[in-house]
Amino acid sequence: MTVAPSASTRPRVRSPSGGRRRDRVWRVGVFLACALPLLTLAAWTVTGDLGVNPIETIVRHLGDWALRLLVLTLALTPLRHLTGSTRWVRHRRMVGLWAFAYAVLHVSAYAVLDVGLHGPTLIDDLTKRPYIMVGMGALLTLIPLAVTSTQGMVRRLGGRAWRRLHRLVYLAGILAATHYLMMVKADITDPMVYIFLLVVLLGARVTRWLTGRPV
Amino acid sequence: MLIRFRDPTAPRPSEITPEATWHDRRRFLAGGAGLALAGLMGAAPRAAGAASPDAFAPLPPARPSALSTAEDPNSFKQITTYNNFYEFGTGKDDPAHAAKALVTDPWTVRVDGACAKPGTLDAGTLTTRSDLEERIYRLRCVEAWSMVVPWVGIPLSTVLSRFEPTGDARYVAFETLHDPRQMPGQRSRVLDWPYREGLRLDEALHPLTILAVGLYGRVMPNQNGAPVRLVVPWKYGFKSIKSIVRITFTPDEPPTSWNQSAAHEYGFYANVNPTVDHPRWSQARERRIGEWGRRDTLMFNGYAEQVASLYAGMDLRKRF
Repeated sequence: MTVAPSASTRPRVRSPSGGRRRDRVWRVGVFLACALPLLTLAAWTVTGDLGVNPIETIVRHLGDWALRLLVLTLALTPLRHLTGSTRWVRHRRMVGLWAFAYAVLHVSAYAVLDVGLHGPTLIDDLTKRPYIMVGMGALLTLIPLAVTSTQGMVRRLGGRAWRRLHRLVYLAGILAATHYLMMVKADITDPMVYIFLLVVLLGARVTRWLTGRPV
Repeated sequence: MLIRFRDPTAPRPSEITPEATWHDRRRFLAGGAGLALAGLMGAAPRAAGAASPDAFAPLPPARPSALSTAEDPNSFKQITTYNNFYEFGTGKDDPAHAAKALVTDPWTVRVDGACAKPGTLDAGTLTTRSDLEERIYRLRCVEAWSMVVPWVGIPLSTVLSRFEPTGDARYVAFETLHDPRQMPGQRSRVLDWPYREGLRLDEALHPLTILAVGLYGRVMPNQNGAPVRLVVPWKYGFKSIKSIVRITFTPDEPPTSWNQSAAHEYGFYANVNPTVDHPRWSQARERRIGEWGRRDTLMFNGYAEQVASLYAGMDLRKRF
């Protein structure tokens, strides 16, 4: 990994063990923060606060968080460049895997709860409904990234190939946001916010690449 | 005067239909015998939802109708917290909050166009009529969910006849209030305001088509289209325009909001049809609010017996 040249001015005199402990605290914190939307959903189920159309609430909530965490994952590297601190990137894998988890739950909730595993509807949706096909494309794109997310896979692929493969996350983000945009009836505000963020984040990467700085 | 409170243990109107009303119904019975029988059998009494209709003023007693379904109505809470009413926001739960401030009294509906006696309708007067009917109808949204709503209203034909539509009146156009101060959703151009809808004259005069002024025996909650809205139960919900301020008889098919917004997705007719899919999703099945599984969508939302003849010879794939 190349670290941004803009050196942080913050003193980094910290005992190795203390740093590791702080790291672990951060890790647990990020894990819990990412789990929170899922816990919220569980709480709503128990308290009966899923609203009048609970299945819609569940499917939308899971999809929203898959997309939000995906965008957050993409924001961590530019944040490193911006702040000069590597601490963001340390959590990138976890946030990315949570995004994948929400995407899997989103699709499962759609297939099991919404469609009731009704074969003809599923086949129809997957072959005739462009917004569902695009959404499925996003999930399929994320699968190889989740599979190769382990330290061992990074070693096996080699850093260069691994990084190239993981650029697919931008494609996944664009497909996911497009899936959302294609689904809404008239009010495109929310999906456009995600698309705007993705364009900015991708733009930041491209700019860096064009100016010859290592990505 | 007897004011009927909806008590969970009380019999439903369909179970206590007076004989006189029953005879009165007979003129509606053309082809509807099975439906009427089902109406007489009634369904198990069912408690209204957690939210109570008590906060709303009671309407005069409404006659039960042979055109009502025997299916269990959705709860008051379901009907009043899950609404598509973009004038108050695009979220389903937006209207329940944002519509509170809408002033519905006084409220007049202008009736004009191709008619001999143009004039106005006073919404307040509509709610005190002695010929109000309860119409328990299925409502099928174009988004593939559905409800059963116990509307209170009057056949649109009863209301329109006194304006004496002329021979030029082949369509009826409807318009919702346009007032961004009261309707915050109108501040963003999600649709081309005001909301417009339209029916062919024969559709407008069909006995199933009503102007509704309330539900569950109470005045119409704002989020459901107070004080007066259209209900056309065999068409997708968006045809049943809310908070109407103008009705116009026209010689030509009037422009309608969703059709203007996306013509390839929303046609003028918008009849519920399980065999013609929305370009983006299937219309074959629907989720009845309150149920987990999906059920099959019925042709003309189950009102084929009454309305199919209106479309005889028409290609419903082209004129969707």
